[in-house]
Amino acid sequence: MTAHPEIIEHGRGRPPLDPHLKALENEAIHIFREVAAEFERPVMLYSIGKDSSVLLHLARKAFHPGKIPFPLLHVDTGWKFAEMIAFRDSIAAEYDLDLIVHSNPRGKAEGITPFTHGSALYTDIMKTEALRQALDAGKFDAAFGGARRDEEASRAKERIYSFRTPDHRWDPRNQRPELWSIYNGMIRPGESVRAFPLSNWTEVDIWRYIAAENIPLVPLYYAAPRKVVERDGMLILAEDARLELLPGEQVRSEMVRFRTLGCFPLTGAIRSHATTLDEVIEELEIATVSERQGRAIDRDQSGSMEKKKREGYF
Amino acid sequence: MTGHNTSLARAERAADPTPSIETASELAGKDSRPLRFITCGSVDDGKSTLIGRLLWDTKAVKEDQAAALSRDSTGKQNDLGLPDFALLLDGLQAEREQGITIDVAYRYFSTERRAFIVADTPGHVQYTRNMATGASTADLAVLLVDARTGLLEQTRRHATIAALMGIRQFVLAVNKIDLTDYDEAGYLQISRAFRELALTLGVKNVISIPVSALKGENIVLPGTAAMPWYEGPTLVEVLERATQRAGQSTGFRMSVQRVSRPGEGFRGYQGTVSGGSIKPGDSVVILPSGVEANVKQIVTFDLIRNAAVSGDAITLVLDRPVDIARGDMIVAIDQRPQTGTAFSSRLVALSADGIEPGKRYWLKAGSRRQRVQVTPTAALDLQSGQWQPATGLALNAIGSAQLDFDEPAIFDAYDTNRQTGAFILIDPETRNTVAGGMIEGRRNPPGGLRGGTDGRVRITLPGHLLEAFRNSDFARSHAGEIRVEEGESSND
Repeated sequence: MTAHPEIIEHGRGRPPLDPHLKALENEAIHIFREVAAEFERPVMLYSIGKDSSVLLHLARKAFHPGKIPFPLLHVDTGWKFAEMIAFRDSIAAEYDLDLIVHSNPRGKAEGITPFTHGSALYTDIMKTEALRQALDAGKFDAAFGGARRDEEASRAKERIYSFRTPDHRWDPRNQRPELWSIYNGMIRPGESVRAFPLSNWTEVDIWRYIAAENIPLVPLYYAAPRKVVERDGMLILAEDARLELLPGEQVRSEMVRFRTLGCFPLTGAIRSHATTLDEVIEELEIATVSERQGRAIDRDQSGSMEKKKREGYF
Repeated sequence: MTGHNTSLARAERAADPTPSIETASELAGKDSRPLRFITCGSVDDGKSTLIGRLLWDTKAVKEDQAAALSRDSTGKQNDLGLPDFALLLDGLQAEREQGITIDVAYRYFSTERRAFIVADTPGHVQYTRNMATGASTADLAVLLVDARTGLLEQTRRHATIAALMGIRQFVLAVNKIDLTDYDEAGYLQISRAFRELALTLGVKNVISIPVSALKGENIVLPGTAAMPWYEGPTLVEVLERATQRAGQSTGFRMSVQRVSRPGEGFRGYQGTVSGGSIKPGDSVVILPSGVEANVKQIVTFDLIRNAAVSGDAITLVLDRPVDIARGDMIVAIDQRPQTGTAFSSRLVALSADGIEPGKRYWLKAGSRRQRVQVTPTAALDLQSGQWQPATGLALNAIGSAQLDFDEPAIFDAYDTNRQTGAFILIDPETRNTVAGGMIEGRRNPPGGLRGGTDGRVRITLPGHLLEAFRNSDFARSHAGEIRVEEGESSND
């Protein structure tokens, strides 16, 4: 054969994907290519979690044998798990990614922390506002995100191309119809689109795909003995010196893992003995609570995700 | 017999009410693509309860979601102690405030045999466009009626839209059957009437099921105890056995999304196969240029593949350098789509401004976007099912329209390919999607032109014009689509 050697190197060496995952993969690749072709300055939001890891893998597949034709953006609140940052930097180096890291300068200047300002205000400034700053600075007209419709009620109604006004607002009552797999990428100056290639994936799909494709993940997703403290019904990781113990709180070692990863003071661990991918999938199959249950920011009030999204949150 | 197996499976399930736990290896054996279906019904037919029941009985609702549900639905629980399912489904604040479903919601659940994506579509007439949106990607439609009232005008409307959007499998769920004391005669009457309606729409694959969504009978679990006279499948069993949408009887089709040129020596055309299949060595033609080439390689991230089929996202490498841009179509050399500047179509008007006669819009089909002049000719009266002459289309109207292009357009009839036969219209000012459309076919061109048996348009010209026409830019750019012949005029 006269094939290019660099392509043959990617010989699969694994069984082919089952038709269910293959269909989801095909759809995601189609969306990646369509956005990359139609928009002038796309960017991919990279949050280091499992959904972002799948998103990154799909982006590499979509543009192979070329490189990913847009940068990645990580909005760093300064309060991510240390293991996440280490993982991010090693992946960026290994895959030769064009990675932008942005933190809202108000965080340091005004001393905004999840402990002092409460989860709602902290999230608004360090995530939503920071994201808007970074998107404006890069003049990005399309931003890929890893959101899934099965995560939360307002996301179940969101389009794959989700339109945002020049000030990044989402109007859930005035969404563009989205028929077949024909996406309308025409926008007016200043408007932008958030594109969600994983819209139709469920949490179990994500894990099965990670297993089938052997995608590297932050080790926090697997159970291990870790130092934790129980606060407001959540198990908070107590491995960061910035966590100040409240009266009566005790650090103890427990076998835990994380179902989602965010800022360490706001993300609860779950007690688990699932140390491998297969065990994680098995655990999920019998899980009786949803993954966002561990997120403090969703619990403020019903419809809180919709409110945050209207204001520009992903 | 399957009947025996089914009852055996039911007996096992009844004895073991706990959900089955699948291991990773068993899950990997799930061997089909997710089935996409829509649910439609009138406001009080119990649609939310039906979907809630599907999600609840397949364990797709988690405890914290259920807790939030019972917190929000204080005082609204029904007598079975179940939460108000509508609150689970109507995710937007406006919907909760108004107590109605406004927008399509997508829900996900699975059984041991298959995964499902359900588009829950609103019932109100003013949200017809949302129903059309959900129907565009669906393999099957579940239509709900109340056993006490039978078919309504809404049922006809929903069935008509579903059929128009290409859905060829209907399930009629005759709900609230418990409120008729499980009356078999009444159920059979509704079932027969619906079958007749479906036949007038060209849909032969129709299954009726008597259900009580509230009590969970014949949804996931069988209702044999209450309805010993019903020996057919439950709703979930029908969904598990349903086939993926057909409607791709065309040859190979791929709309080019982007050209990949990572370095000298590699040039690949990236897109998703939207009909037929392809393998190295196959001959293809690029449209609209008409240039021919052979496939050299099918490149994907994992390996160089020996074939690709409809649905696959691939990168094609051809055996010779050709000029291909985004929006071009690569198609089978022996089974070409229709190319031309005049087509007839069906439209669903999606915008408050409707479709204005003679207005120029952007049309997007596959990855191709071009200007088009749209002339509505008829509108469907959803009450009578009759087509009436029309010059414009109001919001939510379904109509026929002529499409006239400046540059050649490339389509298959929607009946033969739901991807290469579908398009959207975009308003050039607001940039909104204002219509969804389905191609019926190429319109007969004016005198002097006629379709040839090889799919090319034959043009007959007097000898003194022949040479000049063949050397024209038009003839050169349409080399693959026209056949120029000498003659006096076209008269057959």
